[in-house]
Amino acid sequence: MTITQDTQETQQPREDHDHVDNDHKPMGHGRMLRKEDPRFIRGLGQYCDDIQLTGMLHLAILRSPVAHARITSIDISAAQAHPKVRLVVTGAMLAEKGLAWMPTLSNDVQAVLATDKVRFQGQEVAFVVAEDRYAARDALELIDVDYEELTPVVDVRKALAPDAPVIRDDLEGKTDNHCFDWETGDKDATEAVFASADVVVTQDIVYPRVHPAPMETCGAVADFDRVSGKLTLWSTTQAPHAHRTLYAIVAGIPEHKIRVISPDIGGGFGNKVPIYPGYVCAIVGSLLTGKPVKWMEDRSENLVSTGFARDYVMRGEIAATKEGRILAIRTNVLADHGAFNGVASPVKYPAGFFGVFTGSYDIEAAYCHMTAVYTNKAPGGVAYACSFRITEAVYLVERLVDCLAYDLEMDPALLRRKNFIQPEQFPYTTKTGWVYDSGEYERALDLTLEIAGYDELRREQAEKRARGELMGIGVAFFTEAVGAGPRKDMDILGLGMADGCELRVHPTGKAVVRLSVQSQGQGHETTFAQIVAEEIGIPPEDIDVVHGDTDNTPFGLGTYGSRSTPVSGAAAALVARKVRDKARIIASGMLEVSVADLDWEKGSFHVKGDPGRSVTIQDIAMRAHGAGDLPEGVEGGLEAQICYNPDNLTYPFGAYLCVVDIDPGTAVVKVRRFVAVDDCGTRINPMIIEGQVHGGLTDGVGMALMEMISFDEDGTCLSSSFMDYLIPTALEVPHWETGHTVTPSPHHPIGAKGVGESATVGSPPAIVNAVIDALKPYGIRHADMPLTPSRVWDAMRGHATPPI
Amino acid sequence: MQVPAPFEYERATSVDHAIGLLERLGDEARLVAGGHSLIPMMKLRLTDLEYLIDINDLHDELGYVRMGTDEVRIGAMTRHRELLESAELAALFPIFADAEAVIADPVVRNRGTIGGSLCQADPSEDLSAVCTTLDASCVIQGSGGQRVVSMEDFHHGPYETAVGHDEMLIEIRIPVRSGGSSAYAKVERRAGDWAVTSVGSAVWMDGPVITAARVGLAAVGPNTTGIPAISEAMRGQVPSEELYARAGAIAAESCSPTTDNRGTADYKRHLADELTRRTLRRAVERITAGLEGDAATTHSNTNDSDGRA
Repeated sequence: MTITQDTQETQQPREDHDHVDNDHKPMGHGRMLRKEDPRFIRGLGQYCDDIQLTGMLHLAILRSPVAHARITSIDISAAQAHPKVRLVVTGAMLAEKGLAWMPTLSNDVQAVLATDKVRFQGQEVAFVVAEDRYAARDALELIDVDYEELTPVVDVRKALAPDAPVIRDDLEGKTDNHCFDWETGDKDATEAVFASADVVVTQDIVYPRVHPAPMETCGAVADFDRVSGKLTLWSTTQAPHAHRTLYAIVAGIPEHKIRVISPDIGGGFGNKVPIYPGYVCAIVGSLLTGKPVKWMEDRSENLVSTGFARDYVMRGEIAATKEGRILAIRTNVLADHGAFNGVASPVKYPAGFFGVFTGSYDIEAAYCHMTAVYTNKAPGGVAYACSFRITEAVYLVERLVDCLAYDLEMDPALLRRKNFIQPEQFPYTTKTGWVYDSGEYERALDLTLEIAGYDELRREQAEKRARGELMGIGVAFFTEAVGAGPRKDMDILGLGMADGCELRVHPTGKAVVRLSVQSQGQGHETTFAQIVAEEIGIPPEDIDVVHGDTDNTPFGLGTYGSRSTPVSGAAAALVARKVRDKARIIASGMLEVSVADLDWEKGSFHVKGDPGRSVTIQDIAMRAHGAGDLPEGVEGGLEAQICYNPDNLTYPFGAYLCVVDIDPGTAVVKVRRFVAVDDCGTRINPMIIEGQVHGGLTDGVGMALMEMISFDEDGTCLSSSFMDYLIPTALEVPHWETGHTVTPSPHHPIGAKGVGESATVGSPPAIVNAVIDALKPYGIRHADMPLTPSRVWDAMRGHATPPI
Repeated sequence: MQVPAPFEYERATSVDHAIGLLERLGDEARLVAGGHSLIPMMKLRLTDLEYLIDINDLHDELGYVRMGTDEVRIGAMTRHRELLESAELAALFPIFADAEAVIADPVVRNRGTIGGSLCQADPSEDLSAVCTTLDASCVIQGSGGQRVVSMEDFHHGPYETAVGHDEMLIEIRIPVRSGGSSAYAKVERRAGDWAVTSVGSAVWMDGPVITAARVGLAAVGPNTTGIPAISEAMRGQVPSEELYARAGAIAAESCSPTTDNRGTADYKRHLADELTRRTLRRAVERITAGLEGDAATTHSNTNDSDGRA
């Protein structure tokens, strides 16, 4: 169905910050406290590390201390002799079982345990299974590995140099560190536009390597039952079904003999999409010992070895008329994929959805060429709340637009407005082939400027500049692309990106909805109950949401790339409508009228023109399970199952504005204000949306000002703890000022779009644009993240340098 | 979860008991006070010890701030939070409240101690700079008795102090001189981070003239002398922006920062200059405000609200 864009009716100028009255919960969409919070705020969540099984053993992994080396020998005898050690396994031992290597989500392979070489510092070399986690760690120190050190490839710009050591000599015939080349758009058409443009601005832009750093690190408990042959795996996964299928393919265990349980997850942000060697080690440990085996990585292991994000070295070019009409955007990207290509994206999209780098603007041509390389760094390229590389794309275009505004001496907000895709142009096909579903960009930008008091801010800035004070105002506008598939275009290793959903109404009118997606803190247990409640009129508190257990939920691809509401949310709405359609037939029998003579009012059917003759959904549920007659051809029970294959992605958008003050003496940046107007279509639970936005904005402050995974020249990770890898605290972020517009998605059953990553995508360019704007008196057009005081000071002195 | 290697644990009940344990257990024993440096190092397996001697029960004995007329004595087990919340200390040496407000976070400050901070001797540690600025001395006790050393003699280098393996730091003594005030400033990448650069300044004045001044730096190389060249340059002078600039320039020349993730050496040197100027200016402002306050209220030399700024 299509929801028309009734923008006037749905527009709400400001966020309503009403308190939640949980005694009056909405029957459907609306503000309500999260159902999951009572257990979380009491500390009673059940996370992976809370799983305790009888006889459970503990696994610890020995990791490489160097970035690139040949393993010449491993002596495990002393570790094996440790009284509490049950098992020590090396790469060679795994190789005998054909398990030393596993596929990544990008059709590459990754070592489970190194056999020939280690290719990044922190790579898995051996593991120990012991009676407790202390003994397991102690025994690691008893393993003696001889490394013959090799020159590491650390500088991404030198990875393809002819004399660069070949990292992936495990791949047959590999003679260089080339990973892949990818292009999108029309090269010739773009070149033609650039050749005749009045103005061309070129800017080198680095998006440094950052890490999702979820509060809960990765881990698993594997329990293999030798009698039934069934493997139960509790693991920190955002995609339990996809993982189960991959384990079946990799380990050769029949799929029905694997149960993957994703218990409460303490944050994912893309970090928990890939299958890590540790999960496989835990499985092997349980297979070999016959005991449950727990592996939980520590903070350093998480930061050093699991999926990073970004690491793009970009050259951006933007062509425009001298009046500021943007004509074309072109970019060349050098992508660092680390030692193994562990990108977690739909397989036909090796650069994720970076193709949306044309942003929110109606332009004539666009082209991107990307070269991805291997380096001696941790593998990855995961989506860190970035909707598959859209963070990089939006950062590129929003920096370029500001560079253009700088060169043209135009107001950056006006320049954006001048180039927006107009509401009547939707659905809009971009020059790189993406079909934006709906948008009304100017309205969102205007609302942001209004909330911020833009003109007044500019006046204040002018006064401060005259006094030598540094105040900056940064504007960024983004369009996101979230909710993968459709399945014909998008798959993970052949698994189509569509989601199942199952709804069962019990005889007393309570219900259970079973989802394929898994929450990592997004509040699914509340949002999905509300989606179903809205459609079927059963209160959210009467709807149990079951997720994260492959034995108890239908198949689907999981939660990442903001896809839960666009895909599984649609599935939940549609399955509820399917149940409602059946309820209507049962109601027609109960009221002895034809289905055409029934009107639905949330929660009950009544006879048209006679509201007194009605049956509630609870009445219908009892009838469906009762002994009374049902209309002819209607089976008992009140339940349905569907698999939803989206027509298209959904395209949420937003307009962000950041105000910063910079101390001219110390170059310390203070984020004073941040206004975020988000449009994610229909809003299911505004409170949960705001929470997601607040989290993403905080992420953005981190990336813009302090976060970076850095390496020394030997390839040693310098960001292996939270002392070195900084995450912003409440003291670094301002009071968030949020607002929203509502432009429903035309193809989503309830008009909703994803929102989980919008703020992470939109905030870094707003903050960086603000810092650069503050530094305008110094004649600075660009400086790369992270904008630490030292790096800002360098920029002020005209020495802005890329961070890598 | 990061887990340490095996170790034995003892709980000291008095200073003498702790010293006795150190003597008996030898080189492989370490004292733990607040534990916010040692425990993480143990969990990361960066330190190798066999015995941990917990001295937290000594807080009753060594947790104090005693205000004397000639000197202030601070027990080594005094927690950061106690230093932050001491109104008397803030009145006399506002540098403490300045510094403590930007040391780590409340969780760390609840537990960490001044003695632990000084003995850890991390080059970026703030209280060493504070104690240097105030010309503090350290009381070290062993089985043979006590000795008192200056900060310069106490600090042997990064993570190294004058405290022998069977000794412990028990008290910090700070001389009290009239007509003085102090201030501390720190640039950090994020609240709770170690300093990129920190600077403490103390100034003493007689009427309009500076009689003495000391500057202590953190995170820019070893510095426990109070920078005599600054003291010399400021003594007998009337405060002015030019004077602060000269002192800042000396501070920048006197330090030896290195480039790391927190910043370049050039930037840190610049901060040594900038923050020296700021803290000297602030210290002088406080003296001036204190004099005005005296004139207005005629009682005591304290100025709480300023001291806590």
